[in-house]
Amino acid sequence: MLTYTIRRLVLSIPTLLFISLVIFLLLELAPGDPMAQVPLTVPPDVKERMREALGLGEPTHVRFGKWMYQFFVVEPMLLFDHIFGTALAEGQQRVLSWQFRSPVMDVIVQRMPQTLWVVAMSYVVGILIALPIGIYSAYRQYSLFDQAGTFVTMVGYSVPPFFSGVLVIVIFSVQLGWLPSIYDTTLEVVDWATFKQQILQMVMPVMVLALQTTAQISRFMRASMLDNLNQDYVRTARAKGLSEWAVVMVHVLRNSMIPVVTVIALGVPYIFGGAIITEQIFKVNGLGQLLITAIQANDLPMVQTVTFMIAVLIVFFNIVADVLYGVLDPRIRYD
Amino acid sequence: MTLKSLLLGATAASCLGLAAHAERGSDGHVNVIYWQAPSIMNPYLSGGTKEIEAASLVLEPLGRYNEKGEMVPYLAKEIPTVDNGGVAEDLKSITWKIKPGLKWSDGTPFTATDVKFTADYCMNPEGGCAQLAKFEGVESVEVIDDLTVKVNFADAQPNPYGPFMGGQSPIIQAAQYAECTGARASECAEENFAPVGTGPFVVDEFRPNDVISLSANPEYRDPAKPAFATMTFKGGGDATAAGRAVLETGEFDYAWNLQLAPDVIANMEEAGKGEALAAFGTLVERIEVNLTDPSPDLPEGERATAKHPHPFLTDPAVRKALSMAIDRVLLTEIGYGKAGKPTCNWVPGPDIYASDNTECLTQDIEGAKALLDEAGWTDSDGDGVRDKDGVELSLLFQTSTNAVRQDFQALIKQWWSEIGVETELRNVSASVFFGGDPGSPDTFQKFYADLEMYANLFDGTDPQNYLASRTCNKAPRPETQWQGENVDRFCDPEYDELVKELGRTADLNERAEIAIKLNEMITKEQNVIIPLVHRGRVSAKSNTLGGVVLNVWDTELWNAADWHRIKE
Amino acid sequence: MTETPKPITALADEGPTAPPRSHWRDVWDQFKSHRGALAGGIVLLVIILAVFLGPYIWPYDATYIDIRSRNQGPSLAHPFGTDQLGRDTLARMLEGGRTSVAVGLTAMLLALVLGSLIGVLAGFFRRLDGPLMRFTDLFLSLPLLPLLLVMVLLFREALNGMFGPEMGIFILIVVAIGVTSWMPTARIVRGDVLALKEREFILAARSIGTTNFNLITRHILPNVMSPIMVSATLGIANAIITESALSFLGLGFPPDFPTWGRLLNDATQYLQDYPERVFWPGLAISLTVLSINYMGDGLRDALDPRIRGR
Repeated sequence: MLTYTIRRLVLSIPTLLFISLVIFLLLELAPGDPMAQVPLTVPPDVKERMREALGLGEPTHVRFGKWMYQFFVVEPMLLFDHIFGTALAEGQQRVLSWQFRSPVMDVIVQRMPQTLWVVAMSYVVGILIALPIGIYSAYRQYSLFDQAGTFVTMVGYSVPPFFSGVLVIVIFSVQLGWLPSIYDTTLEVVDWATFKQQILQMVMPVMVLALQTTAQISRFMRASMLDNLNQDYVRTARAKGLSEWAVVMVHVLRNSMIPVVTVIALGVPYIFGGAIITEQIFKVNGLGQLLITAIQANDLPMVQTVTFMIAVLIVFFNIVADVLYGVLDPRIRYD
Repeated sequence: MTLKSLLLGATAASCLGLAAHAERGSDGHVNVIYWQAPSIMNPYLSGGTKEIEAASLVLEPLGRYNEKGEMVPYLAKEIPTVDNGGVAEDLKSITWKIKPGLKWSDGTPFTATDVKFTADYCMNPEGGCAQLAKFEGVESVEVIDDLTVKVNFADAQPNPYGPFMGGQSPIIQAAQYAECTGARASECAEENFAPVGTGPFVVDEFRPNDVISLSANPEYRDPAKPAFATMTFKGGGDATAAGRAVLETGEFDYAWNLQLAPDVIANMEEAGKGEALAAFGTLVERIEVNLTDPSPDLPEGERATAKHPHPFLTDPAVRKALSMAIDRVLLTEIGYGKAGKPTCNWVPGPDIYASDNTECLTQDIEGAKALLDEAGWTDSDGDGVRDKDGVELSLLFQTSTNAVRQDFQALIKQWWSEIGVETELRNVSASVFFGGDPGSPDTFQKFYADLEMYANLFDGTDPQNYLASRTCNKAPRPETQWQGENVDRFCDPEYDELVKELGRTADLNERAEIAIKLNEMITKEQNVIIPLVHRGRVSAKSNTLGGVVLNVWDTELWNAADWHRIKE
Repeated sequence: MTETPKPITALADEGPTAPPRSHWRDVWDQFKSHRGALAGGIVLLVIILAVFLGPYIWPYDATYIDIRSRNQGPSLAHPFGTDQLGRDTLARMLEGGRTSVAVGLTAMLLALVLGSLIGVLAGFFRRLDGPLMRFTDLFLSLPLLPLLLVMVLLFREALNGMFGPEMGIFILIVVAIGVTSWMPTARIVRGDVLALKEREFILAARSIGTTNFNLITRHILPNVMSPIMVSATLGIANAIITESALSFLGLGFPPDFPTWGRLLNDATQYLQDYPERVFWPGLAISLTVLSINYMGDGLRDALDPRIRGR
């Protein structure tokens, strides 16, 4: 297993380099112009000069090479400097955003707190709700609980966040006035009062996002449990006199986890940039909003960097999932 | 006459302000929401409206336009004119006198050197300055003394108020930006996020595309202002949410540019937390007519170029009929409510430039039909679509994605079908449509469609450049990388000649006469541009926020120094 | 000398009187007896019939604007009310449903087929696992919006030329949604196949010389049916919503062309003033997804021989 993991990790480097190239070419090919948001009153020749100032005049391979150097050499050096107080990256040009004219990485770091507070939290909450629902729904298939769970999760999944988000804002902010409709990213949690404020502003976005996660994962959990509950080994375990809890929660659950682990691992990367609509509706302004505004403004260095970082997470978490398969089911062999 | 009374008015206004609030920062905190978030605080590096508006809290020009479009001095002592000797008789230079005793927010004195530096910063060929057009024709900027600066133009400039007037060309501090000129302009993240300014606020923290925290400028020239000690400038989301936050939940005090259906705004106002303000500038929603053939059968490079004239839109009768079939009053009522006025003009203001052309305001379906019949367009094959010589009146009508525009498209399609013109609709994402990517077939400049709808305006109060954008040489074509403002590919030597004459004329009334003539040529005579709605700006403010004067000629935050809390 | 003993009548083997019941017959019988599946099937059938036949029966045209009767509530003439331009909401629901159901079902099927194929191949053949999964990683990593924009740029005019504008856009949208949403299914199916192929019954089947093709179609596929079914239900909801997002990019159908996703999105703006307007498209999407979900449940139960006949 260890050799397999190492081999996969090593292999992921060329894969990622290839992915970064494909993303770069795709962004090159996509129609769009960093000047799209400049008002029409600015004359075309001025726009042309602005494009040149961004480095757009250079050929594609030169710009890709520059990005590679800046991302893989300068940025790590900077991190090294930051930790050890050295000055390796002094004077080196970093990956600069076209919109902000400032280093892409600084902005990404700035967006982390709200992304983790809201989007990551909602993912955890979603999983924590989904697993018990899925397990119990399967164990008591076609019971009232199962039917209600099916109904709520499927309706929840069918209603997109652009609607459910507005709906909860209208109910809880406009009508009842309980919760703020706009997320304050400058809020720092220092004491009980600010903590309470933070919880209040998190409730709606977390719930809207968690609904989607819950719906998805609980369905897979239920289906997979149902597949296993009728297997022969379950009968054997019961016959051995194992307690019902041990049968379901140890034997069946472990064998049912493979698809669920896949789904969870697939979802993790999208914490960092996938919750676009919800972030926009609640003005959370996390990485999802950063990515979408960068795409709209055709800020290629920003889009390239954020999508590449998501790609790294995708490749990494898929390796994690593959390793976990082996742990969950020792029969699975990769070598 | 105007200048003196203006100055008096401005002084009076500031006295009033003084009386109401004796102390800077006494009104606490104010929340502003812009649903498009600013990405930088330097208007020279991003021409975007949101950035110009945000920067205007910190950076100030020598003079601004007020809510009536009149010039008022800000950092300058007075607005230079020919009468007061500020503008040379030959119109080749303008001399600005700066108010004495001004200080930057870091406490250093504001001098003419800073003004000169600003011009050099923007005119640096490697800097990629977004406001370069403001400095067009500038030959040099001279520092006469600490408080006097002279701008020399290469040719006589009938409108010398390009540089240092209005939100687009404020003064930046020479000391702060000294290392940030030319190619290094984009490396100065810190400077671009928190410029040192003379305006009422200073940046405490700038989070790009998210939120700006500001506080009162301790060195602001009026010791009693601004009334607010701190400001939060939040960005992001959508117009509906921004309107809701001000008008319904009261979380925010001011929301910018609410492009929403009129009944939605009216319903929000009913919550009683605030009100929507409207003001009109020069923004006109219009349909542009493609005079070249955009057929996909033509080879790339010849498609939609002057080489192939349009098969039927080159017929003036067809263009006129299309315009006549539109009910502009109804469009305005549905799409913009009190934030719009139906118009037949391409230049809707300021008043002296606006033609009194109103004949298009009444819809005339029957007249349009008669006109087409007369021109020989009849439905000869009985398919419900008029044709002539085998050419069917079948159109592709494109616009950017926007709820109001899609409603307009649907309505107009129906009216045109009533006069026997078939329309296919297309919407394009705004970031592609307004982007100038020559590789994309969907940009508004490339215009691979028969008609397209969008809105445009001109900066400030002088329409010369705007009118000059329809000369023959401004047509987008492959040789110009599809850049250019004359998207119709309109080309009329008479028009070009008149534009040249406008450039030579200095007398205001004569200029207005020519401008009106040009406007009428392109709208009512030729119908190359079919104007629909003169659009206003709608912003919302809470009931407790005082001092807001909505201004469309400059930035909306132009008088943020006067904003205050109304005590209940 | 000794007579052959007469067989005891009761024990006599009469031989089969009816032809053996086919596997699919069993599945169908089981499916029929599943109440949820039956209800889901009927609801889906009603929706499909309504949206495909409805526009021929209902007198109003979905794009006809009657500006005088805009923003009306439900009435006899307009049972679902009218929208901000006075178009009949029922007519728009029916017309929009046709597009949404057609796009939803075909895009979901495309994604499912692609995902299952790649997942099974990767899980079953060790040599294909690496390349196919790296390919999946690549597709998961590509940013969706630019990818879609590039697809339009490259294929819109070609497809319009080949299939005419409406069919061309339909194909483009279905393919766009299909090729951008097969990856989760592929990963999930592969995970299950990896575990399945080490199970005893597969080894047994292999030892009696079953070909790989039969192994996959008879033994592997029925056992990965349940995650595929879940993917299908989630996929159809996704496809309907994604279609509306594409239209906003200017990538989808012309703007006057109603679809459920677009109706829902348009109505969200009017949520407070005319809440009934969001209700209908929301209900329609939910009903479609729920009915497919229940049918999936029924099919899964029917395909599982262990619980068949219970």
